[in-house]
Formats: sequence, C-alpha cells, structure tokens
Amino acid sequence: MLDSKIPQGPIESKWTKYKSTVPLVNPANKRSLEIIVVGTGLAGASAAATLAELGYKVKAFCFQDSPRRAHSIAAQGGINAAKNYQNDGDSVYRLFYDTIKGGDYRAREANVHRLAEVSGNIIDQSVASGVPFAREYGGLLSNRSFGGTQVQRTFYAAGQTGQQLLLGAYSGLQRQVGLGNVRLFSRHEMLDVVNIDGKCRGIIARDLVSGKLERHFGHAVLLCTGGYGNVFFLSTNAMGSNVTAAWKAHKKGAFFGNPCYTQIHPTCIPVSGDHQSKLTLMSESLRNDGRIWVPKRKEDAAAIREGKLNPNDLKEEDRDYYLERRYPAFGNLVPRDVASRAAKERCDAGFGVNKTGEAVYLDFAFNMKYKYGKQVATLKHISNPTEEQLTAFGHEVIKEKYGNLFDMYKQITGVDPYKNPMMIYPAVHYTMGGLWVDYNLMTTVPGLYALGEANFSDHGANRLGASALMQGLADGYFVIPYTIGAYLANEISVKPISTDHEAFVKAENEVSDRLNKLLAIKGTKPVDYFHKRLGKIMWDKCGMARNVEGLTWAISEIQKIREEFWKDVRVPGDANEFNPELEKAGRVADFIELGELMCKDALERNESCGGHFREDHQTEEGEALRDDENFKHVAAWQFNEVGNWSLHKEDLVYENIKIAQRSYK
Amino acid sequence: MSGNMNINLKVWRQKNGKSQGKLVDYKVEGVSPDMSFLEMFDVLNDRLVSEGKDEPIAFDHDCREGICGMCSMYINGRPHGPNQGVTTCQLHMRSFKDGDTIVVEPWRAAAFPVIKDLAVDRSAFDRIIASGGFISVNTGNAQDANSLPIPKDNADEAFAAAACIGCGACVAACKNSSAMLFVSAKVSQLALLPQGDPERNTRVLNMVAQMDTEGFGACTNTGACSAECPKEISLTNIARLNREYFAAQLGSDRS
Amino acid sequence: MNWITKMFSSSLGQKLIMALTGLFLCSFLIIHMVGNLQLFKHDAGLAFNKYAVFMTTNPLIKTTSYLLYAAILFHAFKGIALVFQNKKARPVKYQAFDGKANSHWSSRNMGILGTIILVFIAVHMSNFWWQYKFGTVPYTRYTENIQTGEIQSDYMPDNFTMNSKMEEQSEGLMKVTIVKDLFRSVELGFKEIWLVALYIIAMAALSFHLYHGFKSAFQTMGLNHKKYNGAINFIGIGVFAILIPIGFAAMPLYFFIK
Repeated sequence: MLDSKIPQGPIESKWTKYKSTVPLVNPANKRSLEIIVVGTGLAGASAAATLAELGYKVKAFCFQDSPRRAHSIAAQGGINAAKNYQNDGDSVYRLFYDTIKGGDYRAREANVHRLAEVSGNIIDQSVASGVPFAREYGGLLSNRSFGGTQVQRTFYAAGQTGQQLLLGAYSGLQRQVGLGNVRLFSRHEMLDVVNIDGKCRGIIARDLVSGKLERHFGHAVLLCTGGYGNVFFLSTNAMGSNVTAAWKAHKKGAFFGNPCYTQIHPTCIPVSGDHQSKLTLMSESLRNDGRIWVPKRKEDAAAIREGKLNPNDLKEEDRDYYLERRYPAFGNLVPRDVASRAAKERCDAGFGVNKTGEAVYLDFAFNMKYKYGKQVATLKHISNPTEEQLTAFGHEVIKEKYGNLFDMYKQITGVDPYKNPMMIYPAVHYTMGGLWVDYNLMTTVPGLYALGEANFSDHGANRLGASALMQGLADGYFVIPYTIGAYLANEISVKPISTDHEAFVKAENEVSDRLNKLLAIKGTKPVDYFHKRLGKIMWDKCGMARNVEGLTWAISEIQKIREEFWKDVRVPGDANEFNPELEKAGRVADFIELGELMCKDALERNESCGGHFREDHQTEEGEALRDDENFKHVAAWQFNEVGNWSLHKEDLVYENIKIAQRSYK
Repeated sequence: MSGNMNINLKVWRQKNGKSQGKLVDYKVEGVSPDMSFLEMFDVLNDRLVSEGKDEPIAFDHDCREGICGMCSMYINGRPHGPNQGVTTCQLHMRSFKDGDTIVVEPWRAAAFPVIKDLAVDRSAFDRIIASGGFISVNTGNAQDANSLPIPKDNADEAFAAAACIGCGACVAACKNSSAMLFVSAKVSQLALLPQGDPERNTRVLNMVAQMDTEGFGACTNTGACSAECPKEISLTNIARLNREYFAAQLGSDRS
Repeated sequence: MNWITKMFSSSLGQKLIMALTGLFLCSFLIIHMVGNLQLFKHDAGLAFNKYAVFMTTNPLIKTTSYLLYAAILFHAFKGIALVFQNKKARPVKYQAFDGKANSHWSSRNMGILGTIILVFIAVHMSNFWWQYKFGTVPYTRYTENIQTGEIQSDYMPDNFTMNSKMEEQSEGLMKVTIVKDLFRSVELGFKEIWLVALYIIAMAALSFHLYHGFKSAFQTMGLNHKKYNGAINFIGIGVFAILIPIGFAAMPLYFFIK
C-alpha cells in the first residue's frame, strides 16, 4: 500500500510542525554524506546549491554543456507567489485553493498547501540572489494576473522569467562549484540508478564527450530531470528533454504517477511541414488582447487553406468567435485545457485555417483598433479618428505590449502579425504526471527522490500558468533540504560504498549491453523515424481527446513500433565517442515504453479531468466530466517487465476544499 | 521533401578534439523556406544516417527557441548567421536563396576547444561564473523581497544585461576571441543591483582573473560582440566592467 | 605580485596602458599640429625655426618629449605584443570571416595601422629630429625690419657653425637672427615624391587609427555614456580623424606643389 507520509494535524500547521520535528543531521555528519543531483533546472540547481550550502557533498549532473541550459530557462510568463503585495486579497489559502481547483481536484492537498506556504520565500530568495524581476517606478516589485486568476500574484521578468530564475539558481550552484562543495558533471547523462539492499545508492552516467560509462555513489539520489512531453515528438520542450532518468528509476522500482496527465498549451505556432522539429509557444498573455476565431462556413475555411481568400477580407458576420460563443463569461480567457480542446474541435470539424488544416486565428485587429486605438485617440483629444488613425495608434500600443512576441512570430512564420491575424494551434507543453513521491518527495525506492516536473505531486490533472517555476524552486530551495534529513539522519553510519560493488558492476554492464545492442542493430531507419511515428500516435490518440478504441489501438501500435525499433533502427558511430544519435536512440527507446504506459493509464482512467479528456466522459455541452466516486485517486504504476505494469492507488482526501465541477460558462 | 530550395553546404567536420578537421561539401535538396537552419541539418543528418556512408554532423542545440544558448554555428563568417538578434535555431531558410553556398564552422577560440564537428566546449564560461558571478546568499537568508526598493531604470538595465544566454557568439565574433561582453553582462547585472554591492570588488577582480586564465583575448572595442549578440547586449556593459575593475583595483583593499 | 603589476598585467590593465598612452600621444598631436602650422607662414621659415629651437631647448618641453618618446615606444610595442597575444586566443582561423558585417575596418586593423604609423615616425624622426639634433643642418640669417615686418633671409655657408642653435642681435630697426634652418630641410625634403607619398599614406593610417582609437580609449577607461558619447565622437572623428591628419598631410603637399 502506498504511504504518502502526510503529517498529522491541521493543514495550516502540517509543514511548520514537520520542519520542527524532522530529524536533523549534524554538520559534521553532513560532510560525509554524499548526494547525487541529476538535472540542473530550477529544481536541480536550487537543490544542489542549497544542499551544498548545508554541508552535504554534492555531485550535480546535466546532459547539456552547461547547467544553465536546462529547459526551465524557456519558461516565459512568470512565477506565482502568495505575497499579496497588491493588497487584492491573496493569501496562502487562496493560492492553495486555486491550485487544487485548477488541477481539477486530482492533487494532494498537503503538498499543494506546502507549496503555497513557501511560495513567498522563493521570491525573497530569488531577489536576494539577483534576479531582476519587473518593478514599478517606486522601486517595488510588479505583479500581473495570469491564467485567469482573480488576483495579481504573478512575478515576472519580461517574457524571460524562467531564464532569470534559472540563472539565479545556476549562479548559486556555480558558487558552490567554485567553493568545491559541488562537483559538476556537464555533458553527462544518467543511464541507470543503482540500488543496493533495497536503497538507492548511486547512478551510472555516460560522459557524452568520451562515451565512457562512470559509476557514482551517493547516499541519496535526486532526480530533477523534468517532464516527458517529448514522447509526442513535437512539443514545446527542448530537443534534449527526455524521460530516460525517470524511466530508468521506474524500471528499478519507482512507481510512475498519473502518466496520462498532459498539458496542451493552446497558443503555439502551428506546424509548418514534415521537417518540423519542435513547437514554439506564444505566451498565454496574448489571449488578453487577441480574439480567437475560424470561418463560419467550411467553404471559406477551404478557400483560406488554398490561399484563395485573405482572412482580413472575411466579413465579421462570417467569422465564428467560438470561445466567446461557447463560454460567454470567460470568452478567450478560458483555462488552457478548455481552449485547446475547443480549437481541436473546430479543426476536426473542418474549419482549420492553415495548409495542414490545424490552426485557428488569434486576431488582434479588433482590439488594436477599437480598444487601444480609441484609447490613444481619446488621450490625444481626437474626437473623430479615421480607421487608419485608429489602426496606427493601436499598432503602437500592441507593439509595446507584445513587440518581442510579434517579432518572434514573424521570424518563425515569415508572416507579419500586425497585418494578418496570427495562426495558433495547441501543442504539448507540460506533463503533470511523473514519478510518484510521498510528502518527503521520495519515490517508492528509499533514498531516491524526484523533484520538480519529474514528480507528479502538485498540479493534479492540470497545471495553472506560472506554477511550474514555483514548484521547481519550492522543491529545490525549501522542501528537499528539510525532508531529506528524515532519510539521511538514519544513514550517517553508512560509509561510502565502493563503486566496485557488484551492484554497480552489474548496472554498468546492463547499460553497456543496451548501448551496444542499439549500435549492433544496424537497421535501415534513423531514430527520428520511430520517434515521429510514436509522436503521431500519441498526439492523435492520447492527446487532447482520448477514447477507448483509440487508446486500445495505440497500445498495440506502440508495441509494434517497439519491436520494429529494436530490429530496424540505425545508430551510426560507436559508444566510445561523442555520439548524439546514440543518445537520442536510448531516449526514444524509453519514450516508446512510456508511451504505452501513458495510453494504458489514459484507458484505465474512465473519466475526464484536467488535461485528460475522455470523449466518452463529457457533459452534453462537451465539457469534461469527472468521476470523483471512482477516480479520486492517484494512479501509481509499478513496472514488472516491458509492457507489463501493476496499478496501485493513492486515495486523495480533501479535508479543506469542497470539490465542485469546474465551470467557465 | 517539403520545399524546392537547393543549398550547398560546406561544413566543418572534425572527428574529435585531437584530430584535424576540414570543410566538407554537402548538397541539401528540397529545402523549405519555412525550415529553420537546424531543421535543414536534421534533414541532412537523417539522409547521412540512411545512406550510412558518412556519420551525421554533430552540433549543439536544445531549446530551439532562442533562449537556452546551446546552438552555436558560425555561418558564412558570422555567429548565428546573417540576421540580427537571433540565434542559429531562430534562423530560417527564407533568409537564404536557392542555390546559395553556406559555410558552417564551429565557434573558434582557444578557450572553446572543438569536441566534434560543430560542437565546442564552453565550460570556460561556467568557470568564470563560478569564480564570482553570483551573490553569496544561502537559501533561507533572504529578507522580504520588497524591503529593498530598486529604481526601475536600474532594474531594467540589470535585466537587459541579465538577458545574456551564454551562447558565446561574442567570443566567436570577436577577432581576439575576447569574452568581455559575456563577463561584463554578469558584472553589470550584479553591479546595478544593491544586492550585488557587498561583493562588487571581489566579484569583478575574480571574474576578470578567471577570464584571463581561460585564454580569452583582450578587448579592442571593435563592437563585433554586441553587433552579433542574439540578445543585443550593449557595449556600455563593457565600459561598466572596465570601471568596476579599475575602481576595485585602485579604490579598494582588494587586488 | 603586488596590485599594480597585477592590474597592469591583466587584459584590462594592458588595454588601459594603451588607452592612456594613446590619449597622451593625441594631446601631443595637437601641440605638434599647432606648432607646425608656422610652416605656412610667409616668413621664410623664421617663426618655425624659432619654434624648433624652443622645442629642443626648453627643459620642461625636453623632459616631456622624452616622456613622449617613451610613450610612443610603449604604445607601439605593447600594441604589437597585444596583437600577437590576441592571435593566440584563436589558434585555428575561420575559413570564412565576415568582419565588415559587425565591425568597422579600422577597429580590426589597429595593429597594421599602428605599424604604418610607427614606420612613418621612424622615417620622420630620422629625417628631421635626428638631423636636427645630431646631423648637419645649415644655418640661415634672417634680417627682420621691426617696423615694416619685412624679412630678408640669407643662407649661411654650409660649413658655418656656432655653439648655439640660435643667436639674436638687434641693430636699430633691424633684428638679426642666425638660426639652424630646419625649415629649409623641410622644404627640400618634401620635394621628394616618395617621402610625400609616405606622409600622405601615414596620415591616412593615422586618421583610421584615431577614428577608432580615440573613442576606444574612453571605452577602455569606462567612459561610455549617452550624455558624453556625442562629444567624444565629435572630437574623435572631427578633430583627430579628419582635421589633424588633413592638416599634417597638407604640409608635405604644400611644399611639394610650391
């Protein structure tokens, strides 16, 4: 049975009490305890730096050439914190409540409350370490509202909040590297965990430059390795983002929680052709001023697709502002999952507007003219502005607010979004699922932890905007430094285990065999061929909308891909050199196995919730229909062998929040 | 194939850090103008793998949206290619013409040794940051974030400097392989913020010392770094670094 | 290592040396220019020759001039050393290098421009300064009518010599000055086309060198500020890259054509 180790007591005091009673490790003992941190994003960098500050001996690993390049860097929007600087009624409880509700009542109360409690400290810590957040003229921090919340609690640094926070955490990490408290292993990829007597005791890593396998001992291992959105091939994740570390841990005993919960972001730049390698997000903030539409008539949509009709020439009454039509209260600002599904629904029905038929318009013309243009005209005391004047005035305002995003759009598509409506389409953005962890962030393998996007714990079935950065830093700066003590306090007598131990030798041999096997296949198809095929199946059948038939088909199809992959993949070069194709092959092999589990989980969960939408579980109006009676639990999967898992359930108990149906009408 | 452009590539191939390298010609057909420059390399690499004659070309890349700083190609004599304010991954083939010949080389600097083909080792940058590019504040030490008002102009200027992605284009563009723009961006960011003040002298002295140890050249103010910087980091940062350095040497107890 | 050597051996410190010596040399250029403008005076070279005597005998100026020579040598050899040091920072060259896309030609060629100027200075000094100090420069007698300002000049015999560079005597309204006639060396020298060509090339090099060097020196000293950049650019380009090189180039041309 899964024990989530949630402390007793009222929710407001659980964490405070826990911190005061958790066993401590004395400073002298910390120096002889070694901790391995895999991944150097927000969670990994902040954890490695903080643990080193406390006196532990830390080794940090990342596959990139520098820890600063982890994909946390690409987060645009901001980071939430219950600071209530704006005096608009925010509080820890509200942030807690919004997060649970946004997650469609599928997250663990105690973890989320703790997250909300430490959110304020994150801002303090980041500012102290030099993160240049946006400020008001008085010199104090600026906030904006984000993701449809009713309070302004999002801190930001232009559209580069993730970058600035990561560089803050990275500088703290590098400081510890300089002091000799952290040993940094960049261009190293973790390829297995090593368990000895039921506890995690180290990892096998490959030096990506020389290709050599290395054994590293640790009293504890922290996986801060991010999400697995790249299982879809096309996503907003970085090319290198992968599930391998988490998947190896899963195969060595760590349960995988809620793998089917995937967040699809509604405003990404559509796919332009077969060559597409990744998708680019356009900040959600664009939905504040852009109106989303498709043509009302299929003939018009077809004419637009063929380039015979200019969308600017389509009359107002021939346009379908479908979000405003379906959700009059929230309109274009409905949550991400709702907006994404609505776009898919229109495109599936044949109203899509780009060559591939998978795009909708995000149109700024109306607000440019009649919202901002009129405002400026009023300021300039022009009582009867011409249409041209309005457009010109509004243009300036839009440019100031979104200039860099508009430039980026033009750079990628070659189309000027000031003159033509933007085209957008949903894309995979974040995975709420991940390794199952208890309140201490420990997986089902003692001594093996998972932090940040790599774990499943805080976002339930759907993540709110600006909460990913918050969770990564909360886990690394403020949670793990305490909770790891609960484990390590009992490990102080354990002397470092020699990496000549048979478990290390065995694990290294397994890794080496697998690499050699990949190289020995010498088939006919490059790795990407399989990855693209997998991605298409996942997107079509386990993406924005899922059904029993599709998922069942997908599982058998993925199994076929797996077999074919291990027979026909072609990996050039050899293992003892810098070999990006070999790295990719290993990762895709893991994605194939994960893809099957995701479909299995999606099939098992006979309800719709958050990022998991089952077509057979919807209201008459096409909204997600939860089944709280049967599925108010975390699905934690135990790996038996490839293609074979056992399901464990952690019941979710809501003592502080009343469960309700989400409504955005 | 999804497009109709034909591109002639001359790509630097080098087996590893110890071997000699040379430019090798490749012809890529059916290139779409909507492809990114790196996607064209994906297409070429897929072909090379399928043909099995030549190993695919190794190159660094990750986020492919211009923020991680990993991509690093020196294209027709310029880091990140012909366009201003973009990284290689944001460069699209519509910036080239059908039939163009494009020379692609790795960043060149003694401090950035080639690992393979177009991938270089930029860990020198990490060591420079480790020598002083931080504020020494342990987790939990921090005071309330709003207890320290910072003039908006300073905060904005610090942010503009902090936008550096550490890609190394400045070093690649500079005829002296100088890392001054990179170092100055970090020194500036922290010098402009009150949080950075207590360590300002040691920071600049240590970072400059590490920069020199790594083997980067001296700055001759050509401005190439800033002109090629995908984040358009300003040369005023280098002036500020100079000020900070001489002030620390001449006006503080440190050296 | 004490802090001074540490500072000046750092890459920033070495650049500071270049900046400070460079600006010092710039200040000399102005003085040299102003003094040499006397070449254009219609007095058969009297004022110029007097100025030459003053510059080579006044103790303060003499001291400064030795400082100047040291600065020239230091600036030149430090500059050359830096060029080689900077080359070492890129052991493998690019096959395709498009410098003009991101920087001004002069900024990338300060070493070459500086070398041309150094060669020029060597020729220039050996032609005039060396000759004047250690060689045989003939004397000329000027007879100046104080009332009318009329000047009559007479070459002294080639073998004429005296203990000082200049002697002045007044006879009523006539003031007689016998002085080493550097002006005549200038006049003669600039009839040589190769020398005139060298001077013009060198002044072009000086123009480009200062076009970049002047403002670069301020950047190195940390002065890059929107309030002052306008003035620095104006002086750097207007005075040092245009007026001074044109002024200096005009001298050999003037004598060549005259």
